[in-house]
Amino acid sequence: MDFLSSHLLTTILFFPVLAALVILFLPKDEAKLIRWAAFVASLVPFALSLVLWFNFDKSAAGFQFEEQYVWYEALNSTFHLGVDGLSLTMVLLTTLLTPLALLASFSISEKVKGYFMLFLFLETGMLGVFMALDLLIFFVFWEIGLVPMYFLINQWGSANRNYASLKFMIYTMAGSLGLLLAVQMLGVAFGTYDLVSLFDKWPYAATLANVALGGMSIGTVKTIAFWAFVVAFAIKVPVWPFHTWLPDAHTEAPTAGSMILAGVLLKLGAYGFLRLVLPLYPMQAQQYAWALAFLAVMAIIFGAFGSYGQTDFKRLVAYSSVNHMGFVLLGIAAAAKVAGTTDAHIAMNGAVLQMFNHGLSAAGMFFLVGVIYERTHTRNLNDFGGLFPLVPVYGGILIFTSMASLGLPGLNGFISEFLVVRGAWGVLPGFTALAMIGLLFTGAYILKGIKNVLHGPLNEHWVHGEHKLTEISLREVLVMAPLMALILWIGVWPAWILDVINKAVVRLF
Amino acid sequence: MTTELLIWLIPLPPALAFFLIVLFTNKSKALSHTIAVGAAFLSWLGSMVVFFRAVGEEHFTAFASSIPWLPTGDTWFRIGVSIDPLGAAVLFFVAWTVLMIFLYSVGYHNFGQPKGDHDRAGLPPHGATVTDEHGHKHTVLSVEPMYSRFFAFIGLFAFGMYTLVVSDNLLTMFVGWEIMGLCSYLLIGFWYGKPSARAAAIKAFMTTRIGDVFMLLGIAFLYKATGTLTFSEIFTEETLHVLANTPAFFGLSAAGAIAILLFIGTVGKSAQWPLHVWLPDAMEGPTPVSAMIHAATMVSAGVYAVLRMFPLLTADFTGHGLTTAMSVVAFIGAFTALFSATIAVAQNDIKRVLAYSTISQLGFMIAALGIGAYIAAAFHLITHAFFKALLFLGSGSVIHGMEHGVLHTGNHHVDPQDMFNMGGLRKKMPITFWTFLIGGFALSGFPILTAGFWSKDEILADAFAHGHWAVFITLAVAAFLTAFYTMRQITLTFLGEPRTKEAEHAHETPWTMTTPLVILAVFAIGYGWVGIPEHFPVLGGILPNWFHEFVGGTLLEHPEAVEFSWIPLGTSLLVALGGLGLGWLVYRNVKSPAEDRLQIPALKNKWYFDEAYDFLFVKPAYWFAETFTYKWMDKGVIDGILHFFGKAAAWIGDTLRNYIDSILINDWIADKLSHQWTIHPAARAVRRVQTGRIQQYMLASIGVLFVVGVLVYYFFMA
Repeated sequence: MDFLSSHLLTTILFFPVLAALVILFLPKDEAKLIRWAAFVASLVPFALSLVLWFNFDKSAAGFQFEEQYVWYEALNSTFHLGVDGLSLTMVLLTTLLTPLALLASFSISEKVKGYFMLFLFLETGMLGVFMALDLLIFFVFWEIGLVPMYFLINQWGSANRNYASLKFMIYTMAGSLGLLLAVQMLGVAFGTYDLVSLFDKWPYAATLANVALGGMSIGTVKTIAFWAFVVAFAIKVPVWPFHTWLPDAHTEAPTAGSMILAGVLLKLGAYGFLRLVLPLYPMQAQQYAWALAFLAVMAIIFGAFGSYGQTDFKRLVAYSSVNHMGFVLLGIAAAAKVAGTTDAHIAMNGAVLQMFNHGLSAAGMFFLVGVIYERTHTRNLNDFGGLFPLVPVYGGILIFTSMASLGLPGLNGFISEFLVVRGAWGVLPGFTALAMIGLLFTGAYILKGIKNVLHGPLNEHWVHGEHKLTEISLREVLVMAPLMALILWIGVWPAWILDVINKAVVRLF
Repeated sequence: MTTELLIWLIPLPPALAFFLIVLFTNKSKALSHTIAVGAAFLSWLGSMVVFFRAVGEEHFTAFASSIPWLPTGDTWFRIGVSIDPLGAAVLFFVAWTVLMIFLYSVGYHNFGQPKGDHDRAGLPPHGATVTDEHGHKHTVLSVEPMYSRFFAFIGLFAFGMYTLVVSDNLLTMFVGWEIMGLCSYLLIGFWYGKPSARAAAIKAFMTTRIGDVFMLLGIAFLYKATGTLTFSEIFTEETLHVLANTPAFFGLSAAGAIAILLFIGTVGKSAQWPLHVWLPDAMEGPTPVSAMIHAATMVSAGVYAVLRMFPLLTADFTGHGLTTAMSVVAFIGAFTALFSATIAVAQNDIKRVLAYSTISQLGFMIAALGIGAYIAAAFHLITHAFFKALLFLGSGSVIHGMEHGVLHTGNHHVDPQDMFNMGGLRKKMPITFWTFLIGGFALSGFPILTAGFWSKDEILADAFAHGHWAVFITLAVAAFLTAFYTMRQITLTFLGEPRTKEAEHAHETPWTMTTPLVILAVFAIGYGWVGIPEHFPVLGGILPNWFHEFVGGTLLEHPEAVEFSWIPLGTSLLVALGGLGLGWLVYRNVKSPAEDRLQIPALKNKWYFDEAYDFLFVKPAYWFAETFTYKWMDKGVIDGILHFFGKAAAWIGDTLRNYIDSILINDWIADKLSHQWTIHPAARAVRRVQTGRIQQYMLASIGVLFVVGVLVYYFFMA
C-alpha cells in the first residue's frame, strides 16, 4: 500500500501499458477474453483516480502527489509528475471515459487484440500530458498519443479513413514543430525543462542565456514562442480556422475512437493553453487576448453553422465540438485579458468546466451516433426519420444527451457556458455578444439532428425484415448511464467539481 | 414545517413524477396519471399553504432562504427561494391552473377508452371499433398511445414553472424558464409523427431561443454590473441608483440596457411582435398543452419576468415622460395587442382564434408595464390566466365533442377544429357552453360581472390617467376587436343550428374534463372582485381593493391608485358591449366562410410574417450553413489551402526525386560521375593491388605499420 500511495500517479499512468502487455500474450482468437481483460484493466486507473480525487487536498497550493525521477540527465530533464485542480479533473475525465469507450468497443470484431492494446496505449499517452510537470515529458506524451489514434482511425475506420488519419497525423505534427522548437529554446536558455521552475523564471526573464536571439529583442522572441505554442494547441482544440481535420477524423474514426477523440484528445489542446500558454506567457496572452477571442468566436459561430449544414449525423456532432470548444477558448481569452480579477476567475472556471462537460456530452453523442450507425449502416440524416416509436429508450437517451449538448439549463453544459459568458461579458463584450449567434444555432443543429432521426413520419424501411431497427442494448445503456448521471448531477449541483476547479483557478490565474 | 422549507419543496413533486414515470411506471397508464395528478396536487397544496400564510401575515414582505451553489473566485453564488406578495399571487394562479390542466388531461387523452385499431405512437389516436351486446359495431374514441409520456412531460413543465416562480434569483429563474422551453418543444411536437407538429415544435424552440440568448446577455450584464443576481440584493435603492446612472450603449443607462436585454427574452417567451410567430403554430400540440403554454405557464412566465424586473425597467424613470426602455416596452406591447387582434378576427380554427387572443392580451400586460402600471399588469396576468385556461380547456372540450361526432359519421374529412363545421353546440354540450361563455365574456371585458373587465379597465384607466394617449387608444381599439372576435367565436361555435352532421352528433365530455371548466369559471368571475378600485361608482369600497394593497407591497414604494375618471370606464363599457353586440349581429346568420366578409387574405395569412421570415432568415441561414460555411469556407478555402500544402509538398518531393535524385544524383553523380568517371577508373586502379599474393600483402602491411609508427612517434611522443 505504501508503494501505491507514494507512486499513485505513475501507477495510474502506466497501468494501461502494463495491461496492454498482458493482453499481448493472450490468445488472439479469444476476443471475448481480450475485451473483458481490457475493460476490467481500464477500471483500475479509474478506481485509482477516484482515490486520487478523494485524497486530493483542494485547499493546498501547488502540485500534489508529485513524483520525480531521473530521466534524461544530460538535458536536465526529469520525469516529473504532479496534479493540481485542473489536471485532476482532466485525469478523472480520461480514466472515466476510457472504460466507457472500451465497453462501447465490444462490437469490434476485427483485429481485436491490436485494437484494445492501442486503446490502452492511448490512455497512457493522454494521462501523461495531464500529469507532466516537465516540458519535455509533456511533449513526449503529446506526440505519443497521436500514434495509437492514427492506427485506430486508419485500421478500424470507415471508407475514407486513409485520408482522415493522414490529415489528423500530419496536421497535428505540423503544429507541434513550432512547439518543439520553442520548448528547446526554453530548455537551452534555462538549463531545465521543469515547469515549476520555468513558471518562475521565463515570464520575467529579461535576457536569455545560451540562446542567440539573432538581433531580435527578448519581447519579439517571446511573442514568436507564444504563437508557436498557441498554434500547436489551437490545432488540437481545434480552433477555427485549424478545425477541418476534425470532422474528417471524427467521421472516419470508429465509434469509441470518436468518443475519446472528442472527449479527451481535444482537451489536450485546451489544457495546453491552461497549463503552459497562460502561465508562461501572461503578458503576450494579455496582449493578444483579443486575437484569441476572435478565433474563439469564429469557432463558436462557424462551428455551429458548419454543424447545421451537415447531412451526415456524425459530421454534425463533430462540428458541434468546434462550437463547444470555442467557449473554452473564449473563457481562456477573457481570463488572459484581465488575469487576477473575479471576471477572470469566473471565465476560467467556466472554461475548465466546459472542458469536462463537453467530454461527457460529446462522448455520449458520438456513442449514440455509433449505436444507430451499427444498426443501420448509414449516417445520412435523410435516411432516418420517425424512428422514435421503434426505439423509445434510445430516443429518450438521445434527446437527453442532445439537450446537454445544447446547453439546456439544469444540465451540465449550461453552467459552464453561463460562467464563460458571464466572465467574458465584462472583458470582451463585443465578442461575447457575437458568440450568441453561435449559441442560437447550437439549438438549430441539435434540433435538426433530433428532427431527422427521431421525429417526423416513420421511415417504413426500418420497420420490418432484415432492416428492422432494434432497441439499444443493455450494454449500450450502461455506457450511457454514467455519462447521463454526471450530466444531470453537474447541472443540478456543480459545486463538487467546480470547487476543485475554482480553488486551482484562483491560485493560478 | 417552516414556510421556507415548504417553498423549497413546492417544485419537487412534479419533477419527481417526471422521473418516476419515465424510468419506472411508463407501462402503466393508471399509475402514471395517478403519480402526475398526485404530484400536481401536492404542489397545489403546498402553494395554497404558502399563499394563505403570506396573506395572513400583516405587512408581508417575503419568505426567503438561500444556499451557496456556485463557487466564483473568492465568493459563492447563492441560489434560493423567495415568495413575496407578487410571487404569492402568481403561485396561487399557477397552482390552480396546473392542477386543473392535469386533471383535464386524463379525460382529454381518453383514459379508460379502448386501444385504437391503427394507433401508433407519435400520431393522434384515430379511434377504436367496439362491438356492443347487440353485435353492432361502433367507432369510439381511443386512448392516447403515449399516455404516460404526456403526463411525464407536463410534470416537467409544471416543475419548470414552479421553479421560476419560487426562485429568488435570475439564474434559477432562467433555469425554470428554459426547462419550460424544452417542455413546450416536447409537447408541441408531442405528435411528432406529423410533419406540421415537428416543424411547430422546432419553430417554438428556436424563436424563443432568440429571445433567450439576449436574456442570457442581460443576465451576464446584470451580474457583472451588480455582482449578484438575487432580486432582493438588486432591487435596493443604492444599486438601482448606481445602475440608473451608469451609461451603457445606445444612450441607455445600464439599468435600461439590462432591462431591454431581459425584455427581449420576454418578447420571445410571451410571443410579442416580432417574435410572435411560434405561438399560433403551437396549437399543433394536444389542447391541455395549449392551455398550459397559453395560460398557466410559459407565456405568463414572460410577463412575470418583466414584473420581476420592473424596478430595473423604471430605475431611471422620474415620473415625467417614459424612459427609452419603457417606451420600447410600451410600444411593443400596444402594437402587439392591436396587431394580433386583427389576425384573430379572420381565423376559423377555434384554437387559433384563442392563440391570437393570447398574444393580444399579453400585449395589454406588456403595454401596461411599459407605462408603469405595475398592479394593473399583474392583475390582468392573473385574471387572464384563469379565463384563458378556461377557454382553451373549453375549446378542447368542443373539439373532443366534435371528434365524437366525426367518429360517429365516419367522415374524416370534417375538421373538428373548424368553427364553420360547428354551430348549435350549446344544446349538445351545455356545461362546456356556459363555462366557455363565461370565459369568453371575461376575455371581452363584459362589465362588472367578469374578472377580465376589472383588470382590463384598470390598464385603460392607468393609461388615461397618466396621459399615454397613444397607448390608450390602441388598447381601446384592440379591446373592441377582442370583444368582436370572441363573440364571433361563440356565435359560430355554440349558437344557431348545427351546420354539419358531426356537430349534430357532438357529445358532452366526461367529468374529468368538465370539472376543471366549472372551477376555472368560478375564478374567471370571482377573481375580479379582489381588485375593485376604491373609488369605483357604487361598487367601490364595498370590497377592499385587496389586490392593490397586497401586490403593491412587492415594490419598494407602494404604487398609488389612479384617480377615477368616467372616460376610460365609458370607453371600456363601449368597446366591450359594442364588440360583443356587433359580433353577434354580424355572425348570427353566417353559414360558411364564403359569407364571412372578414376573410381578408392579409389577415388570414397573418400579415405574411411567416413567409417574410422564411425568406429573410430561415432560407439565408440554410444557405449560410450549407453553402457558405461548409462548401465554400471549410471545404473550399481552408481545406483548399491545406490540400495545396499537401500537393506542394508532394510536388517538391516528386521534383526532388525526378530531377535531383533520379537525374542529378542517380544518373549523373552516381552513374556517370562516380561509376564512369571516378569510381570505375579508381576501382580499376585499385584492383591491381589485389593480386592475391601473400608476399605483397605482407610487404604492404609492414609499410603501413612503419608509417603509423613514425606518425605516432612524431605527434604523441616527441
